[in-house]
Amino acid sequence: MQCPLPLADYPRVTLAHGGGGRLGRRLVSELFAPAFGNALIDSRHDGAVLDALAAPLAFTTDGHVVRPLFFPGGDIGKLAVLGTVNDLAMCGARPRHLSLSFVIEEGLAMETLWRIACSIGVAARENDLRIAAGDTKVVEQGRGDGLYIGTAGIGEVMAAATIGPRAVQAGDAILVSGDLGRHGIAVLTRREGFALDVEVDSDCAPLWGPVAALLEAGIEVHCLRDLTRGGLAAALVEIAEDGGVELEIDETAIPVSPPVRAACEVLGLDPLLVANEGRFVAFVPRHDAARACAVLRAHPLAAGATVVGQVSARAPRGRAWLRGLFGQARALAMPSGEQLPRIC
Amino acid sequence: MKFVDEFRDPALAQRLAESISASVTRPWRLMEICGGQTHALLRHGLDRLLPAGIELLHGPGCPVCVTPAEVLDQAFAIALTPGTVLCTFGDMLRVPGNGQLDLFAIRARGADVRPVYSPLDAVALARALPDRQVVFLAVGFETTAPATALAVREAREAGLANFSLLVAHVRVPPAIDALLSAPDNRVQGFLAAGHVCSVMGWREYEDLAARHRVPIVVTGFEPLDLLDGIRRCVAQLEAGAATVENQYARAVTRDGNAAAQALLAEVFEVVDCPWRGLGVIAGGGLGLRAAWRDFDAASRYAAAVAPAATAADEPCRSGEVLRGVLKPPQCAAFGTRCTPEHPLGPTMVSGEGACAAYFRYRSPVDHADAMPAAAR
Amino acid sequence: MCLGVPGRIDALDDTAGAACARRGRVDFGGVQRTVSLALVPEAVPGDYVIVHAGIAIARLDEARALETLALLRELPSSGASGQPRA
Repeated sequence: MQCPLPLADYPRVTLAHGGGGRLGRRLVSELFAPAFGNALIDSRHDGAVLDALAAPLAFTTDGHVVRPLFFPGGDIGKLAVLGTVNDLAMCGARPRHLSLSFVIEEGLAMETLWRIACSIGVAARENDLRIAAGDTKVVEQGRGDGLYIGTAGIGEVMAAATIGPRAVQAGDAILVSGDLGRHGIAVLTRREGFALDVEVDSDCAPLWGPVAALLEAGIEVHCLRDLTRGGLAAALVEIAEDGGVELEIDETAIPVSPPVRAACEVLGLDPLLVANEGRFVAFVPRHDAARACAVLRAHPLAAGATVVGQVSARAPRGRAWLRGLFGQARALAMPSGEQLPRIC
Repeated sequence: MKFVDEFRDPALAQRLAESISASVTRPWRLMEICGGQTHALLRHGLDRLLPAGIELLHGPGCPVCVTPAEVLDQAFAIALTPGTVLCTFGDMLRVPGNGQLDLFAIRARGADVRPVYSPLDAVALARALPDRQVVFLAVGFETTAPATALAVREAREAGLANFSLLVAHVRVPPAIDALLSAPDNRVQGFLAAGHVCSVMGWREYEDLAARHRVPIVVTGFEPLDLLDGIRRCVAQLEAGAATVENQYARAVTRDGNAAAQALLAEVFEVVDCPWRGLGVIAGGGLGLRAAWRDFDAASRYAAAVAPAATAADEPCRSGEVLRGVLKPPQCAAFGTRCTPEHPLGPTMVSGEGACAAYFRYRSPVDHADAMPAAAR
Repeated sequence: MCLGVPGRIDALDDTAGAACARRGRVDFGGVQRTVSLALVPEAVPGDYVIVHAGIAIARLDEARALETLALLRELPSSGASGQPRA
């Protein structure tokens, strides 16, 4: 579908589009509204009034600053929607409403904004998510990497018991929903300076489906965490510290696809630290581990689910351990900052 | 992956460990030269497969750690010059200069700093951005210097006026010589850096082994390579031998890579140069030959001034770590005032230096390394 | 120093002119990159090379690799007298 806003008049976003005046209104009515389609709650006020939900609410917020804006498997718009869907899913909540805040760099091609907005519309509709509110600001050229998107999301909690690090118990099995590192490698290898030809798309995907499947099967889910920046290592270290548990994973059990593994070898990256966008880690009672795997594997977005470790004990200063290829255990640490290829 | 997975076989690793244990009759101290070898040893816990008598000291084989702070400061000045793009290996981005600034901080101040995988990518960038000056921070050993040489030759052939090099390449044999000559040297056997030797061969190490009576084993980087290198070095020590041996035969020959050496000789000359934490090492560096100095960024940017930066509160002891006389957990600042988030010095920079490797792969409670081996 | 990774030369780059510009496509087990082959003039498609910072620095000798592994397999597999540390 062609961008309804006449591109001949406005091929690029200008400061005036964010000024709250006539051009800003046109951007909403002639670009965003058609792009979001029926996912958009038709409210033009300062805020949206939503129907009460039957269950407790989950609420999340996030900022999206990915570069490049388009990558194999997705774009910043899709990432913004799915990132919010996934944060809510990790609370055991069905995603319902989304708000979007756009900070656009002056000079961004209108066609680019249209493509991203359409991508948001598609992702919202596919996940039954209503876009309830939005805002647009434009900053001077040089401030903004093209586009940043901030989101907030509301979901209704479908899990019977609270899901979180404090619910993790000694003996719990640790599962990952699929192979690691696709998003980080897909994005990094498309950045100039690290070009590698690799048949890897971002694993950017909505996780409510697999989570709902676990809940519907009656699996007692103790904790969920989607794996984003910092990879599996960051998620496990956080859960160990926040939950006060000692946990151990087996290096030989970690699923990594051959091209991701090869890319990590060439660039000197550790797959445990590379970003994902469509994977999560789940903590379930040991007796439910096999069934949880089976339920997840039956879902197309978690077909690679597998057990990678277990919780050894509760401990006041919990740590995450990796049992390596040669039988030695080492403590996992929070990665410091962006994972960059090394030469040394 | 071929030539990789076979050298990570746990069953063979176990045999190697047992073989080393069986051969040891007294304690020995070995040093691995290369940061990549340190990284692999600690990541896989290979040092813990060794019998208690074998102590591994981690050497100055990490160009990230030994690049002089002054060079970093020059890089900051160059990066902040308008119209300039500074290209660098990712490893260098968190290394502090003389103060507490690093290239990340410089980028946050508006400098165009871009990590690249290869100096050839920096040349490609110079072609793509004819209106900008592209400078490549050329660090690394003899392994990496050929890539820099290829890059500058390509730049000359393309007639690029907007490409230059900030050269800080270093040579391994003079550093080993200096280390072994130091009065407090504790190293009894060496694992030489396999890929340096792929380029240079091992001829230069024969004189070192003979003069200092120290076995030197050219060693690869996979777990089996490292254990095999240690096994051979220990076997020599037990036998009282002191020769150069090649564990990494699949990638190293005695004479090395002739094409690479010819290229190095064309572009570079041997110079004295300071190694961070170790002082000036005679013949320890490579500098551009006169015919190539039109690509020298230090001259092109002679007027650029580094930003003022506050010095760290306490001096970093990385020099002692690099010489193997101090283990990272033995440093009072380790893990407290000095962490990968705020390194006091280069050896704590994420992933590459010995301090960072210890921090990442060993938690505070398993610092049995802080105790001398005999006391364990 | 020296993150060097083995890769297999798939094809030489036709566009290369002089020897110093010799390039090829190298496969690292599912990932490919164009790599400078200027310093391994004897290497041909099918050969494995060690690649560091975008250039091939050595040709891998498969026979030597097999020899090294064979030597390791000859080591005794049990009955060691030393105690590895935990």
